[in-house]
Formats: sequence, structure tokens, C-alpha cells
Amino acid sequence: MRFGVVVFPGTWSDCDFHYVISEVLHQPVKYVWHRERDLDDLDCVVLPGGFSYGDYLRAGAVAGRSPVVDALRDFVARGGHVLGSCNGFQILCEAGLLPGALMRNECLQYRCQSTHLVVENVETAFTRGLRPGQVLTMPISHGEGKYHADPEALRTLKARRQIVFRYGEADGRVTRTANPNGSLENIAGIVNPEGTVLGLMPHPERAAEAAMGSTDGLLLFQSLLGSLVEDGSFLKR
Amino acid sequence: MTEAPPKVTLDLARDSGLTAEEYDRITSRLGREPTYAELGLFAALWSEHCAYKHSRAYLSRLPTEGPRVLQGPGENAGAIDIGDGWAVVFKIESHNHPSFIEPFQGAATGVGGILRDIFTMGARPIALLDSLRFGELDDPKTRRLVEGVVSGISWYGNCFGCPTVGGEVAFAPEYAGNPLVNVMCVGLVRADQIFRARAEGVGNPVFYVGNKTGRDGIHGATMASATFDESAAERRPTVQVGDPFTEKLLLEACLEAMKAGAVVGIQDMGAAGLACCTSEMPARAGTGMDVELSRVPQREVGMTPYEILLSESQERMLLVAGRGREDDVRRIFAKWELDAVEIGRVTAGGALTARLSGEVVAHVPVSLLADAPKYTKPTAPPGWLAERLAFDPLTLPEPPDYGEALLALCASPSIGSKEWVFRQYDQQVGINTLVLPGSDAAVLRVKGTPRALAVSTDGNGRHVFLDPRRGAAMAVCEAARNVSCSGATPVGVTDCMNFGSPERPEIRWQFAQAIDGIAEACRALEIPVVGGNVSFYNETSGQAILPTPIIGVVGVLEDAGRRATQWFKGAGHRVALLGLEHASLGGSEYLWRAHRRLGGRLAPLDLEAERKVQAAVRAAVSAGLVTAAHDCSEGGLAVALAEGCVTGREPVGLEAALDASGRGDHVLFGEGPSRVIVAVEPPRVREFEALMAESAIPWRWIGTTGGDRLVLRLGTKTIVDVALDRIERAWRSGFERHMA
Repeated sequence: MRFGVVVFPGTWSDCDFHYVISEVLHQPVKYVWHRERDLDDLDCVVLPGGFSYGDYLRAGAVAGRSPVVDALRDFVARGGHVLGSCNGFQILCEAGLLPGALMRNECLQYRCQSTHLVVENVETAFTRGLRPGQVLTMPISHGEGKYHADPEALRTLKARRQIVFRYGEADGRVTRTANPNGSLENIAGIVNPEGTVLGLMPHPERAAEAAMGSTDGLLLFQSLLGSLVEDGSFLKR
Repeated sequence: MTEAPPKVTLDLARDSGLTAEEYDRITSRLGREPTYAELGLFAALWSEHCAYKHSRAYLSRLPTEGPRVLQGPGENAGAIDIGDGWAVVFKIESHNHPSFIEPFQGAATGVGGILRDIFTMGARPIALLDSLRFGELDDPKTRRLVEGVVSGISWYGNCFGCPTVGGEVAFAPEYAGNPLVNVMCVGLVRADQIFRARAEGVGNPVFYVGNKTGRDGIHGATMASATFDESAAERRPTVQVGDPFTEKLLLEACLEAMKAGAVVGIQDMGAAGLACCTSEMPARAGTGMDVELSRVPQREVGMTPYEILLSESQERMLLVAGRGREDDVRRIFAKWELDAVEIGRVTAGGALTARLSGEVVAHVPVSLLADAPKYTKPTAPPGWLAERLAFDPLTLPEPPDYGEALLALCASPSIGSKEWVFRQYDQQVGINTLVLPGSDAAVLRVKGTPRALAVSTDGNGRHVFLDPRRGAAMAVCEAARNVSCSGATPVGVTDCMNFGSPERPEIRWQFAQAIDGIAEACRALEIPVVGGNVSFYNETSGQAILPTPIIGVVGVLEDAGRRATQWFKGAGHRVALLGLEHASLGGSEYLWRAHRRLGGRLAPLDLEAERKVQAAVRAAVSAGLVTAAHDCSEGGLAVALAEGCVTGREPVGLEAALDASGRGDHVLFGEGPSRVIVAVEPPRVREFEALMAESAIPWRWIGTTGGDRLVLRLGTKTIVDVALDRIERAWRSGFERHMA
């Protein structure tokens, strides 16, 4: 599977995703400059974390109108996969590739901490190797990660099973105290109706090696790569 | 557009901060009166901030050489060889005054400045650490400062994309009018690709790159000019405004231009901006520079040569490119949407020539600009010192309940958890951080090698106040001990010297003594000082801060997997205390928190014992014999043990017997150097004992982990028996309860 990691001015998780994809997953990967429109040789485009264009207007607002994001529409229509993490999730929402918006954290402060994600939908390209209710550990690092959608959009999200991850406790309970940023109904990650575009605030690339404290982030990639065996034995590895 | 510049006189020179002698020196060496722009150059470059007039003579006492040193003091930052072709580049700097005036931008631009110092060397910044000092938290003004400083650091570091992995925060009333914001940055570079701030190669083009120049930050000395320029009624604040996004672009563009081989030399436009770069860069290379100021990208109209030269607008660099590589520089900076304008050439003859639309506004030998006078004025110990030292803390009553006294100390804002601070900082971007903030030292892996770096910053103003020489030496020892507790070998030091006004003999005495102490400790531990910063004039209305040298130490772990953290990992582990059991309540956190007293003598410091204890801890960690290693510092042995119990993911209890020969408060809360707590699993006990015997250090078993209480005995008498959840609550809320 060929990966492309998009670089906007101000992106900073690009090197981390590149490292994990090439050094941990041993998959072909290249950087994609934000002005590029040609994504033909890629299977999955990653929109990494950072402060694209300084997030000065609104997080992800300028990047959401960049040439590469414009090209993503065709890319997705042709069956390509997109993973947006942190700023990448904000950009996908700004671009309308995912519904809703990310607002300033309820605490009005930046938050960098470990979180537990409860898996809600395992019928997406990124979660098909997971169990419903499985708890993943991944860090967050953002100032604007409070997910918001209007009531109708929320109904649609639920009806189409687009909510993939919610912030929860270590035991899988979804509680108010487990919500690090005030996100609507603890939503941490969502997909498009086809399950091919995933946006999440946490950082899977920071949870991809035992040395970094968790390898749960790899599960998203492994699901995507289809390298998981059907009986779930990868979980024991 | 520009009006005629004011006439240069001795009075004007004085107003700019130069003395009559200094002005004499300038006119006699120039053989004429300086022009207005030239006066600005001298005022800025001969200021204490740029020229270290009062400190240079002392700083030369520091050991700066060693087999691993690739770059010592004198460049943007120091560099140390860490093996496999890699070098670590690091430096610490202060941004105290701006942070007091405007905490958010002051702290933010402090982060920005030190980041640039690292990446001008060609290194990619991988870690930031902040040492912060504030007044007491019951003052709402302090809380506002803490909030502003922390959010400024958070904003700049997070947006730029460099993790903040450590540092410390402490509170004492002496910092109320003068908080300290010291920021250390660590970067990595290939050892053969280090760039320096030298304008080599006559004829090479000089590029201005980065942000545009405005009137912001035209500094202290030069602010005097406004009185001569009625049109400049809208005086900008002296605090600069940061733009971390532009800084990130500047980082990528600079590293890309360096990699392309287009860069000959490069310097950050920090203090004294363009003036500093256009004189220091040629001075280092024995060349000159001819620059056209009208080409400097400006975001305000009608800026005078004086203002262009002295602006401290952020996120700018002066870059000397190889001749013929001009288009490469322009192309790379255009890609990152930054200005890169050729403003002049490197020249022979050793002069800085600055022009405005062709007309020469300054023409000065760079060697003269770089040759500020050096002062060694008389020093004298402060008159109050003897009385402070004569105070005997043991004349005070013992606490009625040692358990409660320990809880109170764990709840001291200086000792309590700083999670409220660190959770606002990105700690992991770059995916190198193996040990997050909260242990003695942060540990970062070096990708592509088996190695890791350990980093710590430390300083204790109360100790230095009572005994500048020993206190400063102890700060070096503590920072190095923290690094050693992680298992790493300390390889380099950077120091940030925060003091009051050097115009007072007692402050000069404190400074000189502290430098001697740092020099002694660095020699004994064999760690060179490769860079640093001096911040004088930290006082308000004649009230100086506690003299506070902050010491940053970088260490190398040969095997990133063989490292230790400070918290106990489980029940049944034997706990040992390594090192001399010399401690004192003099200048301790306990003495201040419990009795509001600052006095007494510090514990003795035996540098040879310190060296051996650190070597023993490193040996034990690298042999995989210990499950935890923790330095004893503020709060003494009892606080160190309590931290071992409650700072990990799961609390772990402990029963320990301490030295029964002293009074309880002295044994529990006395502070002293050279002490480390380690935990050892039973199967490794014998091997550990053999290693300690070989290390020839004083040490003994003091207890065993387990249970849900911390129980401490003096001999057979139990003096502390407290539930862990109480300790944890005290420690977790100690600082944060003030910020709610």
C-alpha cells in the first residue's frame, strides 16, 4: 500500500507519520507538498497534525482550501483512503470531507495527555480489525479538539454509524470525566459514510511503538493494510 | 522621508546607556564623533546584554573544553559529540524582563529566541525545558503571571512543533517583582554539518531571511532615541511579538538551504537585531560587511537606519550564502513563503558599512564593535550574610506531627505536581520522548542509533543566596545527578545566570562566587560548559531576586533501553540510600514553608563523593539492577521517598528506617547533595551489593516497598505513618489548587 503524508506550511506530525509508516510498518511512503494535485500513485493520504498556516484564521481553515485537499475529493471518490489526525481532522472538517467542526477545548487550554478511545464502529477500513467496545490508548495534543455537530448532523452521524471513537475510561465506560476537551458526546473520531475517510483528534503515530508507551495506533494501519487475521489473533501479538 | 538624524553628543551617548569613558574610547578609536546610527550600534553592542561587560572576566573561569566538545561558548549554541556521527546542540537563555512586562509574549518570544539559536547551528530542535520562578501563589498577580507565561510557552512551542519535556517551576517571594523565565533548547545535527555564525568569503552575498522588520523591540538603550524624534510618538512596547508559524517555516527553510549547500554562515537576529549580526558575523571571520538597509524587508514605513539596525523583530536571520548560490537561497525561501533578500556582501578590510539608498550611515571597524570594555569591579559579600548564616534552624521547635509536616511539604507549590503546566505543552511531537516530564530527567531517543539523551535543568536560589559558591556547585551536581539517575552520563552544561544589578558589589560577589562554584563542580564531574546566558538587573526597587544560576545538563545513554525513572514500580523491592547522609535545614524548602525563615548553613559538598555516587547510580542503572532511581533535593529525603511512592502510574507504599542520630526534621527534610534513592528487586540484591562495594561509596538499605502507606522510622520510633492517598492528594493538589 502506498502512503502519502501531506506537508502544509506549519505541519509537524509529518515526519512522525513518515517514520512510523516506513520504519515500523515498512510500507512505501512519500511526502506530498500542499500545492500538489496529483495523488494518482497513492492508496492512502495522511493529513498529519500541526498548525497548518499557523491555524491563524481558524484551525485547518486555510489548509482546507489548499490544492492538495481539493484533489482529495476525486481521490476519495476513486476509492482512496484518507487518515486525518489532529490538525488533519480539523482540515477534513473545514474542507467538508467530514461533517462537523472542531472548536476550542472547553477548558480553554491546550491539552497534551494520554486518552482512552472506545471503538464504536468496526466496519470501516481503519477499524475492521478491532472489536466493538475495544479500548485503545493514544495521546492527544491540541487546543481545538472539541467536536461539534448540529443536532441534525449528529443524527445523521449516528444513523450512518459514522462515529468511530469516543473518549472513555480505561474500562471502556464513556464518561464526562474521560472527555478531555468537551467534545459532543465524547466524540474523538468519525468517518465518512463509506468508511474510507477517518478523522480523529488523537495521534496514532505517537502510539505505534512499545518505547512510546502504546502500540494501539498501529491497529488502525494494520486494519487498513488488511494484514490482520480474521480471528483477531493479532491482538495477542 | 527620514529627517536629519540628531547630533551626536556625550549627553546623547549617556542617554543611550554608554558611559563617558566608553564614549571617549569610541571617539578616540574612531578618530571622530560617531554618526547617530553608529552611536546606536555601539550603545546596543556595548550594552551589558550583548557585551557581557561585567561578566566576561568571570565567565572565562569556566571549563569549556573536553574531548566531546565540538563547539564551546561564543557561537549561537554549544555542541557536543554523542557518537555515530551525531552531535547534540543546546543552550539556555533567559527572557525574564519581557515576561514580567507581558507574560504571554515575553515567554513565547523567549522560546522563539532559543529555538533559533539551535537551528542556526543546523540542528533540528528536539526538546525544550523551562525553568520558571515566580513570587508566592497567594498573590493573584503571580497567578496571572504563571498563566500568561505557561500559555505563552505552550503557544509558541506547540505551534512550532518542538516538545517541551522538562524544566521546573518554583515559588519564592523574592521573585514577585522579577519572575524568571529560562528556556533551554536541545537539538540534533550531524557532527560534520554544524553551521556557524561566521561571515566567511569576501564577495559572498549576505541575505536577510524571515520575518519583516518593524519597530517592535527596539531596545532599552535605544528607546532613548524617541525623545529626539517627536514623530515617533507611538512608541512601540519593548516586548517583541512572536509568530511561531513563521518560525517553523524559517526552521524548514534554513535547514533546507543548509542541506542544499548554499549556506556559508548564519546567525539569528536576536538582541540588537541586524546590528549584532552584521558586526559579529564578520568579526568572527576577520572580514567586513557592506549592507544596504533600504533593501531590508520592512513592515512599517519611514524606518530610520537606526531603527532598521536595532529592531528586534522576531523570526529573522542573517545568512551568508556561497557566491553563485543566490538563486538556490531565493528558491528555497520562496517555497516556504518567506522573504530572502540580498542586502549586501562580505567585504575585506574589517569594516561594517551600512548604507541607506547608497549613502553611508555607518562605517565602523567590526573589531571595535566587538571589543566592548570588560569590567572587573570590586566585589564584597553582602553585609547581611553573616547574620543569615549564623541562624541555627535547630533552635526552632520540632513539628508536632511529622506526618502532617510531610503532607504540608508535599503540598508546597514548589514541590507539588506540575501536571497543570505540562499538560499544556506538547511533550511528544517528534516521537522521541521516552521519559515524559515528571521524573528526574527527560529522556529522548536518538533515532537510528541505540542511544538516548537525558536532560535536566536545576537551580536553587535559596541555596545560592546563603552560599553562592557551594549553592551554585550544588546546582550543577543536582542537574548532573538527575541525568545520572536516568542512567545517562552527563556530557555538557549550559548555564543561565540570573542575578540582580552588577553595579552593586554584593551582586558582583554573588556572581563571581557562583561562577567559581560552577567551575569547580564542572571540573570535578568533567562536564564542560559549552554555552549559556547572563541575566543581570533582575531587581525591582532595589530588591534583587535570589541569585539563581539555572544549570542545564545533557547526558548520553548508550543504550536507550537501559534507563530508570524515579517512581517505585511494585511491592517487595528493597530501597537503598546511596551517598553521604549530610543534610541541612539551612536554606531548605521546609524551613521556608514551615517557619518562613531563610537562613542557616548549607550541607557540605564533597565533589569527589558526588562524582562517585553518580557513577555508581549510572552503573546500577546500566546493569539493569534498579527499578527506580531518584535524586534527593528540595524537601529532603522524606519528600524524595514520598515522590517515589506517588509519582508513578500506581502508588506504591514503603517502610523505611532512617538515620536515628539526628532530630526528625533535620533527617526528614534536611537538604544536601550526593544522595540518591534506588529500588532493587530481591533477585538482584546480591549483584547490586557487589556493585556498590566496588563503587566504594557510602550506602545502606533503608526499607522495602509495599502496602498503601508511607512509614518512616528513626531507629525504632515511627515518626511518619501516612496513607498514600493522602500524600498523593497533597502532592497532586499542591500547585494546582492555586490555579483553579
